[in-house]
Amino acid sequence: MDINKPNASQGVVSPSLLAEHPLAHLVIPFEKVDYARRGVHFEARVEPAQVVLAAALMEQEGFALDAVTGVDWPQDNQMEIVYDFFHPMMGWRTAVRTRVRRDLPEVPSIEHIYPGANWHEREAWEFFGIHFSGHPQLTPLLLPDDADYHPLRKDFAVA
Amino acid sequence: MTPAEAIEAARRAGNETFILNLGPQHPATHGVLRIKLTMDGEYILRAEPVAGYIHRMHEKMGENRTWAQYLPNTSRIDYLSAMTYTHAYVAAVERAAGIEVPRRAEFIRVITSELNRISSHLVWFGAFLLDLGGFTPLLYAFDDREKILDMLEAITGSRLTYCYYRFGGVYNDVDDAFLGAARDFVPYMRERLKMYETLVTENLILRKRLEGIGPISKKMCHKYGATGPVMRGSGIAYDVRRMEPYSVYPELEFDIPHYPEGDCMARYRVRMEEMAQSLRIIEQAVAMIPAGPFQTPGVPKSLKPPAGDYCFAVEAARGRLMVRIVSDGKEMPYRVRWRTPSFCNITLFEEASRGMMLADALALLGSLDLVIPDIDR
Repeated sequence: MDINKPNASQGVVSPSLLAEHPLAHLVIPFEKVDYARRGVHFEARVEPAQVVLAAALMEQEGFALDAVTGVDWPQDNQMEIVYDFFHPMMGWRTAVRTRVRRDLPEVPSIEHIYPGANWHEREAWEFFGIHFSGHPQLTPLLLPDDADYHPLRKDFAVA
Repeated sequence: MTPAEAIEAARRAGNETFILNLGPQHPATHGVLRIKLTMDGEYILRAEPVAGYIHRMHEKMGENRTWAQYLPNTSRIDYLSAMTYTHAYVAAVERAAGIEVPRRAEFIRVITSELNRISSHLVWFGAFLLDLGGFTPLLYAFDDREKILDMLEAITGSRLTYCYYRFGGVYNDVDDAFLGAARDFVPYMRERLKMYETLVTENLILRKRLEGIGPISKKMCHKYGATGPVMRGSGIAYDVRRMEPYSVYPELEFDIPHYPEGDCMARYRVRMEEMAQSLRIIEQAVAMIPAGPFQTPGVPKSLKPPAGDYCFAVEAARGRLMVRIVSDGKEMPYRVRWRTPSFCNITLFEEASRGMMLADALALLGSLDLVIPDIDR
């Protein structure tokens, strides 16, 4: 087993990608990622205030929202929010990543751009306590109505 | 019209509205989905899906067991299409750890996943028609599904929650009896699909209940991230097997059925034709499957993928399934995130059902083919 060797049987990058970076013209810099190793074609790191702009650009380029994922990094005192997008016509995958302070996790909602983000953001809110400002309904989605805990935080103890 | 405006308009017109609870134990819903309906007589002003009744926190469970110990969880998210879920997870871990998969194992994965897709669509077919008031097709569908379950039980030991794929291959090899049964199943099922066409698809009552009912536009799919037969029923030929090719799908010939109408009938036709396409895939894969190992030797029991995050997407029976794993280089996952098709597909229900009659909304709900643990995880 060689961990540096890409797995030939998985992930074929579409030929159009190899020709030229199709997202190079966007104001938010997307860098090329090795799809065969990571499962994403392009990735961007943005400030929390820029996620609405990033989502608007993705929407304008024809991407659909894949998921909004929270990740807790207590050792950095940060929380990460990863927005995954896929392109239904071209097959491209992009990820937009941002990090917020763990003691004050707040990021603007992209619900007005992608209505489908509503539930994803509600889920990240209840599991991590990440506040999506401008979200119309930050109430528990999967947890009980009176849940006052955030179970995917790393300091949430599993009995 | 926003839901608030719809309710306000009804109130201004002097109509009384009332709240109707659909589920979580109503026989007309699937599983434990609850929908809070604001009704104006027979018409829906607002439908608010209430999820979480079967939430088990699979994502947290991923963080307190090893990469391999998490495998049984993967088949319990969408229990009707367990193979594809295990496929997404093992392939994500294989991508992270750089594990090769032998060709024979890839063909076994494709054959079993496509058999599972047919069995999943057969449950949808039976249950959907049951929702519409036709009891008989369910019995035929379950008869056919039984043949698939017997085949898969013989090689995996399970009838529903298969835990068959392993990092670097599959749990055990398939024998000639299984390949023979899969080969024989193809012509048998083709005949049955023809019968379903004449028995059900051409039925006038069915067509009146489905044609033009519950239109979902391309734009709506795009806004809500709806995928799978829902998106293909709205005219977008998006299939992960073609757009983000994985396993040996690029070597196999199959079409992506899609219909532009966007109504319940379009979604019905997409799934019926998908079963025929899965049969085509199985037929080719059974003929092409090479001899050789079914597992890569030397995959360590205690796997420690290099730190980083990795995604893998597959086409599950209900649409795009993406798993994002984060490793911190330890023997347990740091984070496992499931992007499940039912979760995304249900979110458009509120907009799509606005102004519909209740009985038609149930047809719409059935045409989305939701599996509730796939929403609640």
